[in-house]
Amino acid sequence: MIRRLAKNAWDWFDDRTGVSKTIWPIMTHLVPPGATWWYVFGSATLCAFAVQVVSGVVLAMSYVPSAESAYESLQYITNEAQFGSFMRGMHYWGAGTMVLMVGIHMTQVFLSGAFKFPRELTWLSGIVLLGLVLGMAFTGQLLRWDQNAIWSVILAAEAAGRAPFVGDWIAQLILGGETLGGATLSRFYVIHVFVIPGLMITMIGAHLYLVLRNGISEPPVKGKPVDPETYREEYEEEIEKHGVPFFPDSAWRDVVFALGVVLAIACAAFFIGPPTLDPPPDPSVIEAQPRPDWYFLWMFAIMALMPAGLENFAIIFGPVFVGSVLIGLPFIFGKGERHPARRPWAVGVVIVTFACIGGFWLAGVRSNWSPNFKAEPLSAEIVGVETGPVAEGAVLFHAQGCLNCHLIDGKGGRRGPNLTDVGDRLTHDAMVIRVMNGGHNMPAFASILTPDELERIVAFLQSRTLKKISD
Amino acid sequence: MNDDSSEKMTCCQDVGRRRFLTKVTMALSAVIGAIVALPAVAFVLAPLFKKHEEVWRDVGPTSDFVAGTTKLVSFRDATSLPWAGASTKTAAWVRHLEEGSFSAFSVNCTHLGCPVRWIEGGGLFMCPCHGGVYYADGKVAAGPPPKPLPQYQVRAREGRVEVLTAPIPITTVDPLMKLKQKKGSASQS
Repeated sequence: MIRRLAKNAWDWFDDRTGVSKTIWPIMTHLVPPGATWWYVFGSATLCAFAVQVVSGVVLAMSYVPSAESAYESLQYITNEAQFGSFMRGMHYWGAGTMVLMVGIHMTQVFLSGAFKFPRELTWLSGIVLLGLVLGMAFTGQLLRWDQNAIWSVILAAEAAGRAPFVGDWIAQLILGGETLGGATLSRFYVIHVFVIPGLMITMIGAHLYLVLRNGISEPPVKGKPVDPETYREEYEEEIEKHGVPFFPDSAWRDVVFALGVVLAIACAAFFIGPPTLDPPPDPSVIEAQPRPDWYFLWMFAIMALMPAGLENFAIIFGPVFVGSVLIGLPFIFGKGERHPARRPWAVGVVIVTFACIGGFWLAGVRSNWSPNFKAEPLSAEIVGVETGPVAEGAVLFHAQGCLNCHLIDGKGGRRGPNLTDVGDRLTHDAMVIRVMNGGHNMPAFASILTPDELERIVAFLQSRTLKKISD
Repeated sequence: MNDDSSEKMTCCQDVGRRRFLTKVTMALSAVIGAIVALPAVAFVLAPLFKKHEEVWRDVGPTSDFVAGTTKLVSFRDATSLPWAGASTKTAAWVRHLEEGSFSAFSVNCTHLGCPVRWIEGGGLFMCPCHGGVYYADGKVAAGPPPKPLPQYQVRAREGRVEVLTAPIPITTVDPLMKLKQKKGSASQS
C-alpha cells in the first residue's frame, strides 16, 4: 500500500519534472573505460567545496561581520558554541584541502594533456575557478579578524598599490577607504560570502556542463596525438564501442576518494582543530608579525626573497605572466601528443614548478629574513668574559639591534650572516669598514656609534672565533 | 497572385518587425541593467570619492615626551564608523628631538605596510616582515623599503602633543614619473 503510494507520488513528480528523462542520462553518460583513480581529483575538489558551503553557512549563523564584534563572535564560536570549534576546523582544513585538490586536479589535467582540443574552455573555466578559490582562501583568512588578518589587509593594499596608475585606487577599495576601519571587514565579508561563491557556483556549473558537452577525456595513449579534424569522431566511436556509464562504473571511485578527503578534513578538524586566534585586531599594537596561512607561505617567501629592484615589476607582472601562460596554454598547445612520456617539457615544467613552490615554501616556514625581536642579551658563557671591552661590546651588540639579524652561537636572528666565527674571517679594519658603511641589508652605523662603542663592538666580534674554543 | 504578394508582404513585414523587436528587447534590457548596476557600482566605488578628512588628535601631555626619546602613541583615524571598534586605532612613533621640536613617524613600513619597531640602542626603526630598517630620521637604512618612513604632522599646543591623522601610506608606482625622472637626469648629465 505505502509502496504503491510512494511509487505513484514518484511517478507524478517524475512526470512533472522529467528527472529520469534529463538527470538520469547525465548520471549514466558513457565515459571512457580507462577512467580510473587518476580521475578522482575534480570530484574531490567539488566535494571539498560542498564542505566549505555547509560549514561556511553554519559559521555565518554566529559570525558577526562588524569590525568591532567579529573577533568576539569568533571567540564565542571557538570556545563556547556547541560544535563551534569543530565547524571552524572543518572550514579551515576544508579550505586548505580545496587549494590542494585544485592544485592536484590541475596538475593531473595538465600532465595528461586533457586541456587540449576540444576541452580548451573546460581548462579556461578551471583557471577562473582556480583564481576564485585563491580569492576565497585569502578573503577567508581575513575574516579571522585578528591581528594577523588586519596586517594582511594592509599588506594586500600595499601590494596592490604597486599596480601602475590605478594602484592607489585599488588599495583604497581594498581598505574600504583611506584607512582600516568599519568598512574594511564588511566588504571582505560580502566578497567572501556572496560575490565569489556566486561566481564559483556559476563557474562550477559551466565547468561541469563543458565536461558533459565534450566528454571526459580518455586516458592518453603514446603516439596517438590529438587531431582536431578527426578527434571528435574517434572519441564518439570509442565511447560507443567501449564506454561505460559514469554512474556507477566510474562514480564509485569518486565517492570512495571523496569519503577519504572528507574523513581527513573531519579528523583534522576534530584532532587538530581550527587555527588559534591571534591577539585582537588593533592596528595600534605593533608587536605583530603577519604571516599568511600555510598554502600562501611560498608566495610570502617570494615577496621576501625577491631582489628589491625587481619588486614593482614582479608584483604586477608575476601574476599577469602566470595568468597569461595558463590562459594561453590550450590555444598554443591545443593539438598533438597528450601522453606525458611524449611531452618531456611539460613534465619538466611541472617538476620545476613544484620544486620552486616547495623550496619557497620551506623558506617561508623558516622565514629567516625576519629580524628576531625576541633576541635576549648574550650570556656570559657565550661571550666568554664578564668584564672588559669584549663583554661591553657584547652588551652593545644586543642593545644596538645587531643581534636581531645576526646569529652568535645559535642565539639571535638569521637575517644577516652568522657571526659566530667572524673573528676568523674578517680583520679588525675590515669589520670597522663593514659596520660603519653597512651593506644592502645592513644599516650604516657610522652616524649611530661613537668611536668608542665601535671599538668595543669590533673587539667583541674579533673574539668570535672557533680557534679560540679549540685552544 | 494577390495571395502570393500579400504573403510575401507579411513575411517581410514580420522580419522587419522581428528585427525591430530584437533591438527593442536588447536595448530595454540594457536600460534595466544600467538602472540596477550603475548605482550599485557607484556604491562600491564610493570610498574613492569620499572627501578627504584630517583631524588633529591629542596623544598626551608634552611632559610625557622626554627630549631625546622616541615614544609610541596611539590615536583614532579620522574616519570612524561607530562599529569600527579598535580597527580605526593607529599608532605613530613620536620623537621629541630637542626642546619643543617633535616629529612623528608612521608605523607602516613603505615596503608592505608592516608595523616597524623602534630599536632604542641603535636608534633604528626595524620592520619584522622582511627586515626593512630606517634611521632615526626615517631614511632607509637597509632592506627592501623603496621610500623613507612617512611622517605625520605633529605639533605641541597648550601643553599637549597633537598628531594630524593621515591615510595609510600606500607606496605607489607611477611609471610615467619614473620615465620623466630618467629623462630629467639624462638631460642634466
